[in-house]
Amino acid sequence: MKRNSAYIKGAFFAIALCFGLLAGFGQNNAQAFSNQVVQVGATGEDVVELQSRLQYLGFYTGNIDGVFGWRTYWALRNFQYEFGLPIDGLAGGTTKNKLAKASKYDKAWVNKQIDKGKKFSYYGGEKKSAKSGSAKGGTAKSGTPKAGTAKGTKGTGQAKAKPAQVKPAKNTPDGYSQNDVNLMANAVYGESRGEPYIGQVAVAAVIINRVNSASFPNTVSGVIFEPGAFTAVADGQIYLTPNAQAKKAVMDALNGWDPTGEAEYYFNPDTATSGWIWTRPQIKKIGKHIFCN
Amino acid sequence: MIRTILIVLLFVAVAGTGYWGYSEHQEKNAVLLQAENNYQRAFHDLNFHMDSLHDKIGETIAMNTRNQLSPALAQVWRLTSEAHNDVGQLPLTLLPFNKTEEFLTKMGEFSYRAAVRDLDKNPLSDKEYNTLKELYANSTEIQNELRKTESLAQKNNLRWMDVEMALATNKQPEDNTIIDGFKTVDKSVEGYSDVDFGTEVSNMEKMKDRDLSQLKGKKITKEEAKKIAVDFFQLKKNVKITVESTGKDAKYDAYSLTLYNPDTKGTTYMDLTKKGGYPLYVLYDRNVGKPKISLNEAMLQAEDFLKKHMESQMEMVTSDQYDNIGVFTYARLDDGVRIYPETVSVKVALDNGDIMGYEGTDFLLAHVDDRTPTFKISEQEARKNLNPKFQVKETSKALIRNDINEEVYCYEFLGILGDDTFRVFINAENGNEEEVRKLKEAEPSYNDI
Repeated sequence: MKRNSAYIKGAFFAIALCFGLLAGFGQNNAQAFSNQVVQVGATGEDVVELQSRLQYLGFYTGNIDGVFGWRTYWALRNFQYEFGLPIDGLAGGTTKNKLAKASKYDKAWVNKQIDKGKKFSYYGGEKKSAKSGSAKGGTAKSGTPKAGTAKGTKGTGQAKAKPAQVKPAKNTPDGYSQNDVNLMANAVYGESRGEPYIGQVAVAAVIINRVNSASFPNTVSGVIFEPGAFTAVADGQIYLTPNAQAKKAVMDALNGWDPTGEAEYYFNPDTATSGWIWTRPQIKKIGKHIFCN
Repeated sequence: MIRTILIVLLFVAVAGTGYWGYSEHQEKNAVLLQAENNYQRAFHDLNFHMDSLHDKIGETIAMNTRNQLSPALAQVWRLTSEAHNDVGQLPLTLLPFNKTEEFLTKMGEFSYRAAVRDLDKNPLSDKEYNTLKELYANSTEIQNELRKTESLAQKNNLRWMDVEMALATNKQPEDNTIIDGFKTVDKSVEGYSDVDFGTEVSNMEKMKDRDLSQLKGKKITKEEAKKIAVDFFQLKKNVKITVESTGKDAKYDAYSLTLYNPDTKGTTYMDLTKKGGYPLYVLYDRNVGKPKISLNEAMLQAEDFLKKHMESQMEMVTSDQYDNIGVFTYARLDDGVRIYPETVSVKVALDNGDIMGYEGTDFLLAHVDDRTPTFKISEQEARKNLNPKFQVKETSKALIRNDINEEVYCYEFLGILGDDTFRVFINAENGNEEEVRKLKEAEPSYNDI
């Protein structure tokens, strides 16, 4: 993942020019990309457009989900290889220019499909009937370079057979699902609603430390629902709807932030009933909670 | 007349309330019983699994041939995991029972390692037989104690709900038979804490014992910590800073700083090591607006930040956008070798490119100044050990921690098999496949459809 700021700046300029051109001709009613460089891990409209255009050309066979994942990455690199561009896996100015020229993209239509959550087969193949001719032309055109990429993309050949889906997706920290994130957010919110932000990250970090510890269950749900482990679980506060801040705190903890210094226990000294918890070696106090080993 | 009606009404009301109260009571009992039953099942399961575990360990000692031993050890591994699972379902969190759980985990790890090993080439050593014997003795004690507790609980009709209550309210939990039994088990395990599980298992322990003593630099004072923080963020004078020291039992001696900036109304939290004043983590808390810059621009910000604050050369290994936040991880690059254990994470706001967080604990713990890379075999030779269906796209050199937490130099191959992308690490000394990591694709949002 190299970068070249001069190249990027140039690219911005080029893209700006391209905008002007497109507007002038009024030919491609959907404007091409914003002037951002798109890289692995990115999400948003630009990625939807990138995936749609790559799919139109037959390079990308996955779902149009708006997340620049690895499949999109390899598709983009194959495209760059075929079109004689520097192969860096970044959708910068020149790459996007070439893409915009070589493919068609109907933003409104794709977005409508996404909003509806509708499955639609191969983008470009099953567009509105009026355009189907040109769409076919597009795929046919891409057929020629595709023969050359056979080595690179094995999946490309199946492009037309396999219907792609529009499915919005989300990045999640490695090893955890969105449902894990939600469950943890529930626990964090129930346990530490009134705490400062850092205190919430700390509670989430303790859950993760316990999952990784030998003396606790090995799953997020196992740790959270261990009888007696969390008061919020015992009194049902875990089922309150968490706010955005609790989710943010959980994401930080899952991404590796641990303000507790690897604590596995914490307690509120004002309400703690167990004498044993006081015997644990204490690390620090964050908000109202004392964190210990 | 009116009196009769009143009396009838009153009678109906009393009878109604009585019935309502009775059914409520029944319901409550049913729910309590359900909870009690779950506890009972977990408890008796635990006893059953400890019994079988004890027997299986005994059998492995008597066995000699490999085709018997490997499956038996695999059984031991499975049973420890089952027992661990049962413990997790009992209300023992507030009891000192963690030694037993740790012991179960280590026993599982030990038997797993021995079970997957080629015992024909590399049979169990005398030392390992001794370890097994000690494990057997220990499991005898655990089993006896648990069986005793179980029989007493059955005889006296003891309930786990009472245990839970006793623990939650801390009312003389000492005279509870079940609690006593579990405490005794944990005590007995403590006596076996010096069992030698061999290097493979004790490497896990070593990870826990890491500290920051190898850091360079002098001990800093609270005032110096404040100054470092001000320099770090190039802050103005009006920022309110509070410094607190970690407790005496902290593994990592550090100062925790809280900085409130009245201009941005944001709070920054950071921990600085007492020795040398290195940042362990930084978290900036403020509201982040809609994304205005791309992930790519955010990456440039992160790299600028790292250049300013780190001497080592860092290379990006992951980049992810979470709505309006970009998170990047960087590994140190040492003579073209990616040092994966030495990673830092940087979090960038996508509304204006602010650095929202930095996490460097792993880097500080794992950092070694001069490593000597050993690449005995060539990349071509390493390639031969890859799955033939795997298409290599990129190759690089790397240092990783393998599954027994040893640092090994590897060739890293990034490539695809089918629709999935993998990183495969081939040991650069003996060509072993050390790790295969499937790179995660984004998860579809199930509830948005």
